[in-house]
Amino acid sequence: MSSFPAMVRFENVGMRYGRGPEVLRDISLSLEPGSFHFLSGPSGAGKTSLLRLIYLAERPSRGLISLFGKDLSGLSRRELTPLRRKIGIVFQDFRLIPHLSAFDNVALPLRLAGSPESKLRDNVRELLEWVGLADKLEARPPTLSGGEQQRIAIARAVVARPSLLIADEPTGNVDDAMALRLLHLFEQMNKLGTTLVIATHNAGLAAQSGRKLLHLENGELAPPPPPAKAGQIKGQAGQINEPLRVAE
Amino acid sequence: MTGRALAIPFDRGGATRFLPWLVALMVFLASLSLAAVMTLQRALSGWDASLAGTMTVELPPAPSPPVNASPNKNPAPNDGNLAAALALLRATPGIAAAEPLTRDAVSTLIAPFLGNTLTPDDLDLPILIDVRFERGAEPDLADLKARLDAASPGAIIDDHRLWLGRLLVFARSVEITALLILALIGVVAVLTVMFVTRTGLLVHREAIELLHLMGARDGYIAHQFEREALRLGLVGGVAGLLLSGLTLLALGHAAGASAFLGDAVNLIPALHLKGWNWAVLAGLPLAAGLVAGLTARLTVLATLLRLP
Repeated sequence: MSSFPAMVRFENVGMRYGRGPEVLRDISLSLEPGSFHFLSGPSGAGKTSLLRLIYLAERPSRGLISLFGKDLSGLSRRELTPLRRKIGIVFQDFRLIPHLSAFDNVALPLRLAGSPESKLRDNVRELLEWVGLADKLEARPPTLSGGEQQRIAIARAVVARPSLLIADEPTGNVDDAMALRLLHLFEQMNKLGTTLVIATHNAGLAAQSGRKLLHLENGELAPPPPPAKAGQIKGQAGQINEPLRVAE
Repeated sequence: MTGRALAIPFDRGGATRFLPWLVALMVFLASLSLAAVMTLQRALSGWDASLAGTMTVELPPAPSPPVNASPNKNPAPNDGNLAAALALLRATPGIAAAEPLTRDAVSTLIAPFLGNTLTPDDLDLPILIDVRFERGAEPDLADLKARLDAASPGAIIDDHRLWLGRLLVFARSVEITALLILALIGVVAVLTVMFVTRTGLLVHREAIELLHLMGARDGYIAHQFEREALRLGLVGGVAGLLLSGLTLLALGHAAGASAFLGDAVNLIPALHLKGWNWAVLAGLPLAAGLVAGLTARLTVLATLLRLP
């Protein structure tokens, strides 16, 4: 057990949307700083709802959540803003702003944090180069392929060097080879100290990574299914450690 | 934040397309109402200053001279009564001056109705005495009327304050109506911008949530809408002002062209705006822009409070 406070801590958390039924029930978990967790479960199990609680898009209907060692129930809306800036999010549907260029989309978190233009320019260029989109700086998202949009979304999520990176089905829209490359990118970030939580219904990917697995069934944490049921993805686990060379 | 493209393209929502037109229309109506109010205020103060402290005493005309009498160009048929009335009026406390109207002044008064061919000498006209009160004086007119009757039988007091009061009530009613219209236009402007902003919030809700989750402060998101609403409000406001300026100039020109009607239309206040009046009107587009911007900001801030 780490002596540092947990990066994410849930105690008997329940959540419902409006007056609907509980989509999450009695969730208790603790994610240590620098840990790397996969979150799996069938569609409708509550993966996205759990992630939304972690990245502060929702408040729990019961239970306690602490983030970065701070109890969220005691924080005002204003006090949540600096916490949000420490979280990078990769959305399943990318959520790029269509009328902004790739450069401006990636630069957005830095601008929101008040970084000077002169400083952020090099950071953004370097990151877009790193994900293989150096020649697409001025391209608008609608003109890019799904894979390219995915990489811009990931670059945007990591550009501000978040302490916590949440990714919701980041491999859902790419082929298996790209999925493994992205996984390698997340591994590299984790080595740099970022705590990661990646939701996936691709249990094979999670199994191959050898990382800790949180499994949701019907809104509750449950033991992960046996490996035989987890399914496999094409490719070998050894490919995970291949250097990132993103290509379409 | 820099001057780069806004993260939320508020101006690309369908509802914003008509915002400048709506603002233009409202500024057009507002400036016409405001011009009417300012013109009325000027006319009211003019009437008040020229008539509030005065009244007219009317003495009956003397009997017509015999047909074969020699023409007298300057008859004073009622000199006795006139002198008595003048003496009484001038001795009354609170009356600063009492002067009979000259024949020229009477000719000017009757000219619009009877033309210039007839002179006061051709008609049995009453003798008019222009009476001016001391500032703040309010003489007892009933008592004055009784004493005048005794000194100059048949004298009539025409107190301008009576009909001026009625005129002022009417003019004030028009003024208040115009101000109410102005206030209504302001309310409609606010409601319109609120509706457009709410539509914009719905259209761009994903981008707004994205910025919120990235750690954007509410003020930053609100600024995105505020800036565009201010710009659209200014554009519409300037267009509306130009249109109303042309309309006011045309109305002023039309009022000038009606001079052939002569003094009969003198009571209608001329639509001539002074320099500061135009300055007030010129401020309307800025006011429209500020109202639009502020309304958008407050609407967005209120809506963002629903996000955690």
